[in-house]
Amino acid sequence: MSHVLEADRLTRVFAGRPAVNDVTLELNAAECLALFGPNGAGKTTLLRLFAGLLRPTSGSARVNGHPLRGDADARAHVGFISHQSMLYGALSVRENLELTARLYGLADRRAAAEQVMREMRVLDRANAPVRALSRGLQQRVSIARALVHSPRVLLLDEPYTGLDALGAAALTEILMRLRGDGATLVLVTHNINEGLAVASHAAVMHGGRLLRLERREALDSVSYAEEYRELVGGVR
Amino acid sequence: MTSASFGGEASAPLSVSQRAPLFDWLFVVAVIGMAMAYVRAIFFTPIEALQGAAQKIYYLHVPAALSAYISLGVVALTSIVYLWLGDERADRLAESAGEVGLLFLTAVLTTGPLWGKPIWGTWWTWDARLTLTLFLWFLTAGYLVLRGAVEDRAMRARYSAVLGILAALLIPFIHLSVYLFNTLHPMPIVLKPEKPSMPTEMLVTFLGFFAACTVLCIALIRARYRYGVERDALRELESAGGEGY
Amino acid sequence: MRPGLLASALVVARKDLAIEFRTRTAFLAVLMFAILGVAIFYFAWDVTAVAAIDLAPGVLWVIFTFSGLLSLQRSFGVELADRAMDALLLSPIDREAIFLGKALANLIFVSGIQLLTIPSVGLLYNLPLGHALPILFAIALLAAVGLVAVGTLFSAMAANTRLAELLLPMLSLPFFVPVVYGAAQATSTLLAARPMAEAWPFLKLLIAFDLVFLTACTLAFPYTLEE
Repeated sequence: MSHVLEADRLTRVFAGRPAVNDVTLELNAAECLALFGPNGAGKTTLLRLFAGLLRPTSGSARVNGHPLRGDADARAHVGFISHQSMLYGALSVRENLELTARLYGLADRRAAAEQVMREMRVLDRANAPVRALSRGLQQRVSIARALVHSPRVLLLDEPYTGLDALGAAALTEILMRLRGDGATLVLVTHNINEGLAVASHAAVMHGGRLLRLERREALDSVSYAEEYRELVGGVR
Repeated sequence: MTSASFGGEASAPLSVSQRAPLFDWLFVVAVIGMAMAYVRAIFFTPIEALQGAAQKIYYLHVPAALSAYISLGVVALTSIVYLWLGDERADRLAESAGEVGLLFLTAVLTTGPLWGKPIWGTWWTWDARLTLTLFLWFLTAGYLVLRGAVEDRAMRARYSAVLGILAALLIPFIHLSVYLFNTLHPMPIVLKPEKPSMPTEMLVTFLGFFAACTVLCIALIRARYRYGVERDALRELESAGGEGY
Repeated sequence: MRPGLLASALVVARKDLAIEFRTRTAFLAVLMFAILGVAIFYFAWDVTAVAAIDLAPGVLWVIFTFSGLLSLQRSFGVELADRAMDALLLSPIDREAIFLGKALANLIFVSGIQLLTIPSVGLLYNLPLGHALPILFAIALLAAVGLVAVGTLFSAMAANTRLAELLLPMLSLPFFVPVVYGAAQATSTLLAARPMAEAWPFLKLLIAFDLVFLTACTLAFPYTLEE
């Protein structure tokens, strides 16, 4: 039985250095992995490997048993939020979202766009060009873009960056709802509390390797935070 | 200091057997062959009646062109192989053949006018062969500039391979364009289907040059390839040595 | 239901044209360049020695090449900002559709420029182009397809390198030669009021070039994307 998200000895090398080194993990439906780690640990690379934006050097990264890289149908169910907004600055919020809806072949584009704009609380700026928005609002639109097609798998790379309290609350609400609906999430974040709030599992990456992977229930957030600081502070 | 194969790339120093031998016998044979061909052409081949002494440049011009085409053919083939198999050796071979090809193309572009001035009275003409060679020169130079402009090794190899294949596809179109254009170039008098219309002595000189030039081409590509192997191994050591895993 | 190849390409093309239309600066700038170029050529030639009708095809297609290059330069810039291209790569559309969509948008852009430049040549050089205009536009379209097929691919590649603005012309120009040659010769035949049957070999050259390179560049495009 295949898991929703599966990495098997996944390795990716850039110019002789392994950014992701022999990572193995599995996630099932309705699970959320909070992935912690210092800068340069390989978290972003890992997400990009899952998303199919990078090819593994060795090992595999699969979603529902398929590597996303060659499989267009599999990509239809995945959403990805990264450091860059992936939006077209010259187009309006609505246009960006309706474009995304078109790319995913959604039937009612207008409704889908309106729905996510409402959820991320940007409906009032629907017709503003994206580049005219503040960084925080752009981040909200970027999150909305990843949600338009109701993905079953959501890969989030530090999505809370730049969000104000309102935006952060909206995002957490959405993530909880998605988990409740059975979606699988991978959330990369620096903020232990934010991560543990929605997670069912927690992991730490450092130097390309997965150092710890355990269930959220087994953890106490205070001691985890301390252990994490020791783990990444102490190692080089 | 680790020597683990992170991406299947050789990070250990080259073993003694892998290193290029100090004495490149093929290259020496090629140089001697070229020298012999030159001597024969200059001193032991009769001067052609109509064109005079300048005709002898032809003995270098055409074999150099053929060597250039061989080199560029290697570039095109290794480009296809690289995109198909992803083997970096194919890319390294393409790089070597590209540089050697540019060398021979330059030889053709310089001998052409040197031949043309006494024969046609003008340094440059837009005839079929020279024009095609000029465009090949620009394509090959562009290929090498592209290689220089991309820093990431895998991307460089992919981009070069794409350009190599597209350039190969372009050649027939340049050829066709030039054919449609009027040409001054004398008909190729060796490569006719029936027997070539050159007297035997000249034919022997020509074939001798062809053989020597081809051997030189292969020797140069091989030498350049070996240099590429050592250079890449050195780069691996440098980048791996900088990390402290 | 994820969109098919052509539908996806149209989505991408629409997006590019929407962005272009939003600013309009690029189109106007390239158009100005083209018409200025046409005008400058007039002053560079001794019009008493060379008749305008002999000059015009050369000018037209040289300007076409360089304004085409300018048009192509902007093609992938918009994708690199904020990594918008990643959004396209993440979606279920085929990579080839991205290429075809951008090529289509470039084709419309370049054809738009030609639509205005060709009559301006007639105007500035006092050439009665009237009857020839439809065929001229047809030749321009054929030439534009070839230009855009190669140029879009090289634009994608050049955008990822250090020497982007230099690399695009350097790589593309040799490829533009059969296109310019075929178009210019066909145009000469047309303007000299010779039978179009004489121009047929040149048109065949253009059509063959378009077919070969549109296919080759579409197939090559996925190899130029990040690994």
